[in-house]
Amino acid sequence: MSFDYEKYLRPGKLPHIWCPGCGHGIILKGLIRAIDKCRLAKNRTAIVSGIGCASRLPGYVDFNTVHTAHGRAAAFATGMKLADPELTVICVGGDGDGVAIGGNHFIHACRRNIDLTYIIMNNNIYGMTGGQFSPCTPTGAFASTTPYGNPDPVFDIARLAIGAGATFVARTTAYHALQIDKLITEGILHKGMAIIEVVDGCPTSYGRRNKFKSPSDMMTWLKDAAIPVEKTEGMSEKDLEGKIVTGILHRDETRPEYCEQYALLRERAQRKEG
Amino acid sequence: MKKVALIQGNEACAQAAIYAGCRFFAGYPITPSSEIAEVLSRKLPEIGGTFIQMEDEIGAMAAVIGASLCGLKAMDATSGPGLSLKQELIGYACMAEIPCVLVNVMRGGPSTGMPTGPSQSDIMATRWGTHGDHATIAVAPASCQEIFSETVRAFNLAETYRLPVHILMDEIIAHMREKIVFPEEGELEVLNRAEPTVPPAAYKPFDASFGDVPPLAAMGSNYRYHVTGLNKAEDGFPTTKAALVDAEERRQLRKVDVAAVAKNEEYLLDDAEFVIVSFGVVSRSARFAINQLRNRGIRAGMLRPITLWPFPAQRVAEVAKNARAVIVPEMNLGQMIGEVERAVCGACPTRSILRVDGEPITPQQIIDEVEEVQHVL
Amino acid sequence: MAQRYEIRFSGSGGQGLITAGIILAEAVAIVEGRHAAQSQSYGPEARGGASKSEVIISDEPIDYPKATKVNVCLAMTQEAADKYAGDIVSGGILLTDSDLVKNPPAGDFKHYQFPIIRTAKEQLGREIVANVLALGAIIALTEVVTRDSGEQAVLKRAPAAFKELNQKAYALGYETMKALMSAN
Repeated sequence: MSFDYEKYLRPGKLPHIWCPGCGHGIILKGLIRAIDKCRLAKNRTAIVSGIGCASRLPGYVDFNTVHTAHGRAAAFATGMKLADPELTVICVGGDGDGVAIGGNHFIHACRRNIDLTYIIMNNNIYGMTGGQFSPCTPTGAFASTTPYGNPDPVFDIARLAIGAGATFVARTTAYHALQIDKLITEGILHKGMAIIEVVDGCPTSYGRRNKFKSPSDMMTWLKDAAIPVEKTEGMSEKDLEGKIVTGILHRDETRPEYCEQYALLRERAQRKEG
Repeated sequence: MKKVALIQGNEACAQAAIYAGCRFFAGYPITPSSEIAEVLSRKLPEIGGTFIQMEDEIGAMAAVIGASLCGLKAMDATSGPGLSLKQELIGYACMAEIPCVLVNVMRGGPSTGMPTGPSQSDIMATRWGTHGDHATIAVAPASCQEIFSETVRAFNLAETYRLPVHILMDEIIAHMREKIVFPEEGELEVLNRAEPTVPPAAYKPFDASFGDVPPLAAMGSNYRYHVTGLNKAEDGFPTTKAALVDAEERRQLRKVDVAAVAKNEEYLLDDAEFVIVSFGVVSRSARFAINQLRNRGIRAGMLRPITLWPFPAQRVAEVAKNARAVIVPEMNLGQMIGEVERAVCGACPTRSILRVDGEPITPQQIIDEVEEVQHVL
Repeated sequence: MAQRYEIRFSGSGGQGLITAGIILAEAVAIVEGRHAAQSQSYGPEARGGASKSEVIISDEPIDYPKATKVNVCLAMTQEAADKYAGDIVSGGILLTDSDLVKNPPAGDFKHYQFPIIRTAKEQLGREIVANVLALGAIIALTEVVTRDSGEQAVLKRAPAAFKELNQKAYALGYETMKALMSAN
């Protein structure tokens, strides 16, 4: 029997806004399968996003959903999680939303190691506003605001997350549909800040400016560029140039989770008070 | 016997938040409001609440709105530069209709201004700082005791109207120590947000059939819904349908019952020829000045907005009818005077006393102005 | 005392004068149930150089909470005396530490002085309670609260291990001042 996605979709909210060839729908399905695997109760699950194409995802799914302001998903989610630590809180959003305008909230949520799962749908571009370059647009690439090629260096979201203190960091691509739900599932089950970067193609705003003739070219790129982390041993930075290293890149079960730490702080405060 | 203490205004605000049922505070350090965060960082965990110092002012506002969505009464405290940063999410809380309280211990500006000087320069930023049309409620206490009661009222108003409610204070009342008689439990009214009564499947977070302020369910309870900063329909989902957008925008503006929210103090106003309109610490200078003027036979009185927004335009218009002049002392370069002039509408002359040098407006300044006006007008 | 009465404690940061102001305000407002508003130097002003703590006292609610005309000013450094004695009301009082204020400012006010910090050091062995000693002197000088009210406020604020020391400092300040006044 095929998987029943309808169970988790809000009736009447489709079609989604995503362009033909966009991989965000694949990621949405992966997220739904992961939630199903984790047997999360709809009422006890919140999905929080910022602004952008990826951030429209919450509107389609039947949970508590918050479409916040640009870049603020992690900060809203922090408040929600602290207010209700048993609530499963999942952030979704794009690269510009997450690590440009929301970069400060992103790194500090990682630093706190608060128990959120953050799915960053990295399509290397600001899609909704018409294809301006993001911190994840490759250097030299073309965007509506880099007519002479992108002069900026690129943010490596996974490394940023690891450096900032996230305790579960994984990466895959929209091509690797089955790995998406596997990694999101692990991320949800992980106690602490879990970052899952899903590299995606934006045929409309990125692909057509950067010599991807069709959406399927972008999928082929995702397929070919991906290399499982297990296979990267012994490879140099140069060897890995242009590659998308996939799999679980970092996992640390030893660092305390923020809400648990705060619960201990409360106990200390109450002992002192009593 | 009631508990009595000599405490700072900022501490009174923090204690009152707890009295009002606030169980979540997110903030970012900023002078001259930081004592509020300091007190709550100690008190909230003692009673099972949560304090978090966020990475920036915007993050603090975001966390507060998030916690409120999950059903907690939540507060943030800041000063002018923080207010500027939070405007984005003040707008979000207005649009998504999520209650919260924001304290602003005002400093000068624009920009960093004078962090340690008293000011009243955020009157208009509070009203119009965030983009778009929206209702604004702001309360402006003038003493430690009133900071306590107005903080409780601010929470009540936020929960009643599903709005961010501002508490505007100045450095002087925030930092001076005065006696406060702590109200006992139940002595001050504490209101909680209305919860939905419909079955979960029928719940719409902006269902106007329940009135202009529809009930708000806590996320994580039995009600699932969607919120967004986009123009939305009754069900909370974005819409661009003209009629729906228009109806929602108008409801959001209309929902505050101006008469119910209004609160003024009137001091010797009945026979006043010279009406002083002032709030916060300036109203205390005004009261001092009025007493002195009365001793000299000059009939001065004061209208003190305690609810600053919505502005008590109607009351100002009424008192202006019998006044020889309305005088507005304020610690900025002319903000409240605009509202006063609009209300007075030429019924009598209006005068400003403005000060932005980091010093309070003194009683003498007000006395001098009234005496001058008396001779001129 | 229905009328407004203004007392200023001034000196340099670390001399405990803000605490002295708070204790006086508590003696007025909490112990005696009258009205007091205490405010102090704030921000950079509080960190370097002269700083001050002011207490407005009245039997009625206090409107303007800042000093207008200071009735009594304590100055524990030369800089504070120079900076803050200027707005003492005509016929008011200035009290200074005679070791630290070598050139007391002149004005239309009465001046008292004694070596406040040295008295604390020599007679109690602890310079740290000079602020409470000064408070005792101010209360003796002004009688804005009773001697007993002041002592209660001091004891309420002092940590358990230092109650006795503070009590002694308060009494010493009070008696030293009274002796000085009767000698004049």
